[in-house]
Amino acid sequence: MKYDKDLIIIGAGPAGLAAALSSKENGCTNILIIERSQYMGGILNQCIHNGFGLHTFHQELTGPEYAARYEKSIQDQHIPISLNTMVLSIAAHSVTYVNQTEGLVTLTCHAIILAMGCRERPRGALNIPGYRPSGIYPAGTAQQLMNIEGKSVGKRIVILGSGDIGLIMARRLTLEGSKVLAVAEIMPYSGGLKRNIVQCLDDFHIPLYLSHTITQIEGKKRVEGVTLQKVGTDRKPIEGTTMHFDCDTLLLSVGLIPENELSIQAHVALSPITHGPLVDDTLQTSVAGIFACGNVLHVHDLVDFVSEEAALAGKMASDYVKNGEKQRNNIPLHCKNGVRYSVPQSIDPLEMEQEITIRFRVTDVFHNRSVALYANKTLLKKIKKKILAPGEMETITIKKTQDIAWNEVQALTIQTEETV
Amino acid sequence: MEYDVVIIGGGVVGCAIARSLSKYTLDTILLEKEEDLCSGTSKANSGIVHSGYDPKPGTLMAQLNIEGNALIHTLSKELDFDFKENGSLIICREKEHLDQLKTLYNRGIANGVKGLEILQKEQVMQLEPNLNNDVVGALLCKTGGIVDPFGMTYAFAENAFANGVKFQCNTPVISVEKLKNGYLISCQNGKKFQTKYVVNAAGLYSDVIHNEVSQHQLHITPRRGNYMLFDKAIGNMVSHTIFQLPTQKGKGVLVTPTIHNNMMIGPTSVHMQDREDTSTTAEDLALIKELAQKSVTAIPFQSVITSFSGLRAAEDGKDFVIGEVEDSKGFFDAAGIKSPGLSCSPAIAEHLAKALVAKAHAQKKPHFIKTRQGQVRTKDLDPTAYNALIKKNPLYGKIVCRCEQISEGEIIDAIQRPLGATSLDGIKRRCRAGSGRCQAGFCTARTMEILSEQTGIPLEQITKNAEGSELLKGEIK
Repeated sequence: MKYDKDLIIIGAGPAGLAAALSSKENGCTNILIIERSQYMGGILNQCIHNGFGLHTFHQELTGPEYAARYEKSIQDQHIPISLNTMVLSIAAHSVTYVNQTEGLVTLTCHAIILAMGCRERPRGALNIPGYRPSGIYPAGTAQQLMNIEGKSVGKRIVILGSGDIGLIMARRLTLEGSKVLAVAEIMPYSGGLKRNIVQCLDDFHIPLYLSHTITQIEGKKRVEGVTLQKVGTDRKPIEGTTMHFDCDTLLLSVGLIPENELSIQAHVALSPITHGPLVDDTLQTSVAGIFACGNVLHVHDLVDFVSEEAALAGKMASDYVKNGEKQRNNIPLHCKNGVRYSVPQSIDPLEMEQEITIRFRVTDVFHNRSVALYANKTLLKKIKKKILAPGEMETITIKKTQDIAWNEVQALTIQTEETV
Repeated sequence: MEYDVVIIGGGVVGCAIARSLSKYTLDTILLEKEEDLCSGTSKANSGIVHSGYDPKPGTLMAQLNIEGNALIHTLSKELDFDFKENGSLIICREKEHLDQLKTLYNRGIANGVKGLEILQKEQVMQLEPNLNNDVVGALLCKTGGIVDPFGMTYAFAENAFANGVKFQCNTPVISVEKLKNGYLISCQNGKKFQTKYVVNAAGLYSDVIHNEVSQHQLHITPRRGNYMLFDKAIGNMVSHTIFQLPTQKGKGVLVTPTIHNNMMIGPTSVHMQDREDTSTTAEDLALIKELAQKSVTAIPFQSVITSFSGLRAAEDGKDFVIGEVEDSKGFFDAAGIKSPGLSCSPAIAEHLAKALVAKAHAQKKPHFIKTRQGQVRTKDLDPTAYNALIKKNPLYGKIVCRCEQISEGEIIDAIQRPLGATSLDGIKRRCRAGSGRCQAGFCTARTMEILSEQTGIPLEQITKNAEGSELLKGEIK
């Protein structure tokens, strides 16, 4: 069958761009990237802080600088991209989109890479009681208003949730002369990277209240104050622990949700834990020819790892375009004993690449603990870790050259263990 | 300024009355205290068009409910607003209460409700497989429906406007003074309106307005209800509106699809003092959660996208207060319009207009515009029509609100159409931009820009709703 495109990539954020470059490098030529906003680079455009690119370019770049390098390569490689274009629906081998110049268009394609990224969990999802005044912003929305529009969102700020965007915004707002009064985190540990706690809160003497949440929002038209309360181990507020803050703004950094509404339309199976597609070691989803990478697959901490993962998706999608669907015998990768999830969730040990990277997160903070990887009951690898935390994505690699009868392996298991 | 009629209040009742009066040669103006119409009770309610089994037979409420339901069926077509006859089910979970279904059925028959049927457990579960399995029977009301309460209010208003009614927002009435031949209405912004007739559709403040001119005092107790709205992904958990049989412990809460295919649960019913307190509370949200699960066990609460609260204007006399005030001729009440006020609103309007018109000896307009065209919604267009529209106006091909698939063209229409939006909430109520699962996280900035470009209001002065709800605090350094 002749398709309109070999490969359509949905999203031109860091994942989509890296996937496009890699698929081109691997011989795929008839590519189209579709991006809903007016720029390439996705959310990187509003991330004007530094800390990007240490792994990819061995240099510390800002978000827009990191994006610019990929944009330049996309232009140099003449990879076609449709900006201001919204994908409305997808199915296996077809994508329907709309834009101002072409109208509503359906294209057939051999393969699709999902790279739509994620969205922020809104206030409504938290059921914080109170009015619905202005001045309640998801941290990323506030970041966009400040860094793209150049507007101030508020002067006295409380932040709920210690996700990385919230932490970055605590520093950004402080540098802009706003007063960040508190960051409240319902869990007993931060959801963000340790480096961001140090560089964005500690360095500016912004208090982080762990095991605290917001139980009331005051102000009918504009936020006027919030009530903070300590929570118990059941995460329920404890009476008699209220603290009040007068503030005009509440930022929320309470979690990111992979945007898989299109994936669901195409009947791609999702993980109830990552809320992203279930994938094998080629990053192919449950639907043949549909691949996924970046934050639509699972929420990452560092863009460098998004690019790395997306490059693999690009390569695998171009292999698929070249060779068609392969018979695969995937075995499951089980997560146990303190490991919350892994990506991929399954692998084909006989068909896999020479080395594959398993990304995973743990369920809790662990000190001096090891991560072990088993094939059936055989220990393949064990890594000692000083600290493991849910806010930091971990990796472990599997080498095909490992001396084991791969054809007899029925399952892999990844788990934390006592370090002895 | 001198008018024949001043309508106080731009909720669904005030706007419906404006439309009914606009059929006649009357010089009418409607005054609304907020920055937009549909900003009080009309914007935060269940959006249900009741079939009419509930009100006591013989009451005005019962009559208006039956008439209102029928009117909404026809007006939704003429005035192009969203309405669906999805049917209501009143479920019974205890065998010993099955006779109460019969009581409701009989009451419905007495009220003249059509399409009533008592169903056995198996029939109920077949209609609604996600219901709690302990259901023993239900009353099906086929004429029950769901409506877009914002769309209906704006449809009435726009049609009234097209037929010559004037509208002023940001105009709270502070006093109504009896004159020799009519009334003098003074507003907080200094404006004064002299008028022959007054229509009091002031919702939660309808007692205050009424008491300005009458010795027979009214008293409204706001009743607050909390709601939770769910992601469209689970919008099909129920297809009918599910009511619980009222028990001694209370009326229970409903579980319903909304006209826009979300699922919604609520409301609670708490007597309030403060007429402005539309806050949600932890207790109420916990209560609707608990009660809704008695109807539908497996509600996925992680799919809640927002919770909100609305106030109903319950008058002490229990029934609606509709008609000319005895000791104040020419002053007409549409007061104490609590549930099923939304369902009754077009019938209330017709009754009130009839009385007022008779008194004023007004004539029918020869060229009354009967229909109104709602907003284009690109999502509902077939590909050919959508492409034709984009060719005509490419902005309809530029999606701004990703979750609800709302284009820039639709947002501009919400702003530019008659009585258009001047705030983000106004845009949201007219075209749904920002009402999806990300709750405007992605589109806030762009929607603000569009509103600013279209109206000339500087970005810093763009509000969420009324003055004081500005989103920004100036420039960054």
